[in-house]
This record gives sequence, structure tokens and C-alpha cells, in this order.
Amino acid sequence: MGVEIKIEGLTKSFGKQLIWGDVTLTVPAGEICVMLGPSGTGKSVLLKTLIGLLKPDRGSVIIEGTDIASCPERELYEIRKLFGVLFQDGAMFGSMNLYDNVAFPLREHTKKTESQIRDVVMEKMDLVGLLGAEDKLPGEISGGMRKRAGLARALVLDPEIVLFDEPDSGLDPVRTAFLNQLIVDLNAQIDATFLIVTHDINTARTVPDNIGLLYHRHLAMFGPREMLLSSEEPVVRQFLNAQRVGPIGMSEEKDADELAAEKDQDLPPLPPIPMQLEPSNGIPRRSQREPGAWCRENGVTPPPGSFEEGMTMATGGS
Amino acid sequence: MSNLTASRVLKPIGTAGSLFAFALDVLRGLFRRPFQLREFIQQAWFLASVTIVPTALVAIPFGAVIALQVGGLIKQFGAQSFTGSASVLAVIQQAAPIGTALLIAGAGGSAIAADLGARKIREELDAMMVLGIDPIQRLVVPRVLACMMVAVFLNGMVSVVGVSGGYVFNVVLQDGTPGAYLASFTALAQLPDLWIGLIKALIFGLIAAIVASYKGMNAGGGPKGVGDAVNESVVITFLLLFVVNFILSTVYLQIVPPKVA
Repeated sequence: MGVEIKIEGLTKSFGKQLIWGDVTLTVPAGEICVMLGPSGTGKSVLLKTLIGLLKPDRGSVIIEGTDIASCPERELYEIRKLFGVLFQDGAMFGSMNLYDNVAFPLREHTKKTESQIRDVVMEKMDLVGLLGAEDKLPGEISGGMRKRAGLARALVLDPEIVLFDEPDSGLDPVRTAFLNQLIVDLNAQIDATFLIVTHDINTARTVPDNIGLLYHRHLAMFGPREMLLSSEEPVVRQFLNAQRVGPIGMSEEKDADELAAEKDQDLPPLPPIPMQLEPSNGIPRRSQREPGAWCRENGVTPPPGSFEEGMTMATGGS
Repeated sequence: MSNLTASRVLKPIGTAGSLFAFALDVLRGLFRRPFQLREFIQQAWFLASVTIVPTALVAIPFGAVIALQVGGLIKQFGAQSFTGSASVLAVIQQAAPIGTALLIAGAGGSAIAADLGARKIREELDAMMVLGIDPIQRLVVPRVLACMMVAVFLNGMVSVVGVSGGYVFNVVLQDGTPGAYLASFTALAQLPDLWIGLIKALIFGLIAAIVASYKGMNAGGGPKGVGDAVNESVVITFLLLFVVNFILSTVYLQIVPPKVA
């Protein structure tokens, strides 16, 4: 079972520039969360703060009773063993082949024999579909393969929390779909807490249990998937439906003139909420909720056409 | 405006401070188990392979120039029998550690900074930290130790090659007597001269590796950042090494009185 991440009042700035302030949220144990945000809103910075690679100015990140933001380095290295992190480009060690890369954490942290290591490594390589590529160097394979290899390495210590830094950047739509399915299947299998940082809307609409949106140096909203997808809040609505009308402009925010100009434009209707991606073996995940459950409980009428089988992952136009 | 100037003036002090803090971290990492023997051997081999040939090539003219200069000068005093001694003193006390420093910083240090810098911008170091492994203990400590060891060996090599080069030039080109050159070795030079040369090389190796690692691990801003880090590490190391060499030489000359023939 995964571990809960409790973030309270987290604030980070580089020099005088505030990245985000007062971010408070709880990533529930064992669930898949997606953190969204326009480019340059500090999503990756948030991720790095969660694993203690960056120190926040204020606030706390509490995992199993330890505050990542203020604990001594020795404890930090211990608590990091709970984490598996997939970096943007995989961050494979360039001097080792894929097998050694994936075996690296096992060799450093466990007393397993080489044959035991071999079993674990091969299992994880099989999981991400990289069997047969063990002897390749990271420089010799494509970006998508590097990502999957990075995922295998992140999973090798059976983490309780898995963080994904833009798993879909630089991948084609088919590979992205496969990777998303892999993420859902993995969650069903290992029950860890997943946090995905991305700006891919298809991923955000179909994969997670919860969605968070970082915008304009704060956390605009965090909650169940259906809550955000049915939200009328302008920023959330604009971003999750990839629309041009709304408060987000080309460069961060729109100015008053631009907003006034589009005041009278009708907002396009909310597109239907798609079904959540299910594990490929058909057995529901532990944290999975019934489609439409949140909407019913909270008396929200989902947009027409929601939760229909076979619906494509279409996003609204302009 | 004054604020800006103040921050600009204070910035190097901050850098010096964090460099020192980094050195302390490395020192602490030295005693943390498990020791990374494999990485140490690989690095020592790598450093030796990039420095040995250039060092030897630098050492020959070094020894020769000293032999020519000192030989010419000493002839006017009519003290040719001391040529060997003067050459040994100059090579072992000064030329060998300095030659070592140049090569260890220029070839070894730049390679370390480039390697760690590339790892930094590819997020390999972050990945390592996230996997619960301290890159200082895993990568920097073996490099520092390897650099120190290779520096000591290089120092020995420069001494031998430099003195032999001096011998060849003195005997062949300046018609010195081979016997006098060899016999005068111990006339002015003494054993502590050899020790100070070795200590200098050890410290130079330490400084070069620490500065290079620090600069590499703090590289930023993409590939250009790595280039800058390498460049800065070489420049800073050179400056530091020459200053430290001056200090060590002065202290040594105060502590150990020169031998009188």
C-alpha cells in the first residue's frame, strides 16, 4: 500500500521570483494524481521539492511523519528509498548499459546475489517491454525507450511513491497511450502512490483519480478528476479543455484589454467527461471509483454524453 | 544600485564559502563506508591515462631549460660541479609539483569537471540522489583520492624525467662531466626536498579534484553551462595551485634550513 504525501503551505522562490506560494494539498495513499499547469509554472520544481532535491522557502512536505523540507540529510537519503522517480529524459547513467542501470539501486542498497538481481531486473525490463535491450547503452536508444528504462529503474526497489516528470513529453500519441496504460496497470499491481506532472490533457483527463492545477504562482484547484472536469472555474475549464478563451494567455496571464475583448464571447460547452482508463486485466484498481460517483454524490450534473463506453478522448476546440 | 554592487562584490566570497563547505562534505564522505574501490581504480586509471604522456612531454623541456639556465649561470661562477645539485633542487622542489599541477588541473581536472557537469545537466546526479545514493560519496570521493594518488606518481615521474633531461642537456650540450653531475646530487639537495615535493603534489591533486568536482556538480544551464564549468574549474585551480605553491615553498624554506655545501 502506498504512502500519503501531505504538503502544507509550501512556498518556493528563486531569488526574488516567486515560483509558487502556499501550496497545500494531500496526495492520497495509493491513488494516481496528475499535477497540471501551463509551461513554466514550476511543476518540475514542485516535484523536485517533494523529493528534497530543492529546499522550499517555507512549508512542509510530510511523508510517514518525516518532514522532507527540514529533515537532516541522512534521514532524507533514507526516506528517498521509498521513492521511485521517472525523470524527464529518463536520467539514465550514460556510462552503464540498461541492465546495469536498472540493477544499480539493487546493487547499492540490497545484499541480493547477482542471480537474484538478474531475476528482479529481468522482471522489470519485461514489465516496461524492454527485454532484449539490456546490453544497449542509453545513448544508443530512442527517447521513449530511455523513458521506459528510467521507469524500470524507478520501480526496481518496489517504491511506495512513484513520481513521473512529464512521462509523455517527446513521445508519439501511440507510445503515450501505451505508457498511460502501463501507469494504470502498474498502479493496480503495486498499489503505490503515483504523482504525474504533465501538461498533456489526454493523460490528465483519462488516467488519474485526482487532478491538481498549478497556475499563476499558486495551486488553483486540487480534487477528484470528475470535480475538475466538470468545473466551471475559468482557469480550470480553459486549461482542461485546451481553449483559448479564458484567463490564461500566451505569456502567463492575459491583460485587462484582452480579457475585456473576449468578455462577450460565449464559452464553448464543457466536453463530456471520458471514462477513466482501466487496468488491462479488467480488475479494478483499489482506489478506482465508479464512473460518475463523485458527480452523483455532490449533486453535479456531468456534461451530456459523459461516461459513455467507447467515447474518444476528444478535447474541446476553441 | 549599491545593493547590486554589494551583491557583486560579495558573490566570490559566497562561492569561496560554498567551495569550502563542499570540501568539508568530501572530507566527511572520505570516512563513510562502503568505500567505492571500483570507481577509485577506474578513475585512477583514467586520470593516469590522460596525464602520463603529456606530463612526460612537458617534463623533458622543463628539466632541459633549468639545466641550460642554471648551467650557463653557474659556469660564470666557476661552480660547474654543483650543476647537478642545482638542477635537482629546482626540479624536485618546484618544477615537478608545478608541472604536475598544470597537467592534473588541465587534463585531469577538466575531464572530471566535464564528466560531472554532463551528469549534472542530464539529471543523472539528481537521479542518483533520488535513488538514495550520495553522489559526493559515490563519485567525488573516489575521484579526489584517485587524483591525489595520480598526482603523487606524476610528481615522481616529472622528477625522474626532469632530472634525466637535465643530465642529457648538461652532459651532452654543455660538456659537463657526468660524474660531477651525479656526484653533486646530494651536495645541496636533501631528503626533505623530496618530501615537500610529494606533499605539494598530494595537496595539488586534492585541490584540483575538489575544485573540478565542485564546478562540475554545480554546472547549470545546459551544454554551455558544462563548458563554462570546465573553463572556470581550470582557471580557478591554476590560480589556487600557484598561490598554494608559493605558501608551501615559503613555509618549507622557513622550517627546513637549506643545506650548506
